[in-house]
Amino acid sequence: MNKDMKILVVDDFSTMRRIIKNLLRDLGFSNTDEADDGNSALPMLQTGKYDFLVTDWNMPGMTGIELLQHVRSDDSLKSLPVLMVTAEAKRDQIVAAAQAGVNGYVVKPFTAAVLKEKIEKIFERIES
Amino acid sequence: MTDQKKSDEPELKGFEEKLKDQARRLKELVDSGDISGALSVVSDLDDTRDQTLFVEVGRLTRTLHESIRNFRIDSIHVSADKSTINDASDRLAYVVEMTNKAATKTLDLVEDTMPYAAEIKNEAKSLEQKWKKLQRKEMKPDEFRALSTSMATFLGKLSRDSDKVHENLSEILIAQDFQDLTGQVLNRVMSLVTEVEENLVDLVRMAGKVDIITGTTHEVADENDQSEEIKGEGPQMNAEVRNDVVSGQDDVDDLLSSLGF
Repeated sequence: MNKDMKILVVDDFSTMRRIIKNLLRDLGFSNTDEADDGNSALPMLQTGKYDFLVTDWNMPGMTGIELLQHVRSDDSLKSLPVLMVTAEAKRDQIVAAAQAGVNGYVVKPFTAAVLKEKIEKIFERIES
Repeated sequence: MTDQKKSDEPELKGFEEKLKDQARRLKELVDSGDISGALSVVSDLDDTRDQTLFVEVGRLTRTLHESIRNFRIDSIHVSADKSTINDASDRLAYVVEMTNKAATKTLDLVEDTMPYAAEIKNEAKSLEQKWKKLQRKEMKPDEFRALSTSMATFLGKLSRDSDKVHENLSEILIAQDFQDLTGQVLNRVMSLVTEVEENLVDLVRMAGKVDIITGTTHEVADENDQSEEIKGEGPQMNAEVRNDVVSGQDDVDDLLSSLGF
């Protein structure tokens, strides 16, 4: 796993973005950018600069699941690893996210250990 | 509210009795061929119905108005053109603002404190290695002098930095006062919601009576709307008693692994 990879953190709450950014930095990932919903995230992703997307689900404008669908249907982005970090906890929603091609799913409130474990798992699977 | 519930029933009973009475008179008049008399009874019937309706609707309006006024009296901003719901939104916006401020402050302080902890750890580690060298009696005199100086610097810095860490932690502690303040506001909004709900339940009950009075029937909307798309709902309350909601990360992992993740 490349610790220098560029990560985009998408959440409508700035505090949650900061928490995730801080946790990522503790895990050794300090190359992060932020966006506050799918509409602002998608053009950033389309620049091709990002190696990993961490997104919330419930956001005004474009939601995380819509962003995921856009990413998966975009030829240049479709293999981008996506971790969903969200308060959405309905089974249907988790199944829907899995079907839309999410790589990992973390429910809020979460711990640093869970975030670490999921990120490691995602990249283990990709690199194997 | 409770007075109203008690007084409602005799009201409707009176209406029923009047209705029976007038129906009887109507039948008598029609039977005896007095059409204009019968029509005036029909119009009386209408009036009775309207009056009952007005009384019920009026009572309900009054109660609603009362609860809206009660809510407003002690509100922070009172202005004539503001509705209660508006005011409740303001209160909730205040909660969002307070929680945001507290979270930002806490994050600022945590980010400010972390480097101190990291630095203390690093310096302690390097001193520990040198100290061990000293214990093994492997240290040269000038090395020892350097260690002695850096130990003095470290202890001074440790004392200052611990003060700073303590100060930041105290500020983080104080920043949690938002829970009290927002809790109070949320309680008020919840009591408004409960009050409005009670009134709405009354309105529904009342509407049921109005339906009886006016003889209206409704088509029941199909509640199982299949076209419902997957939407965000935010944090789930009482997740442990709901079957359609996972109760934690372990459940999510189980579900995903069952899907081949």
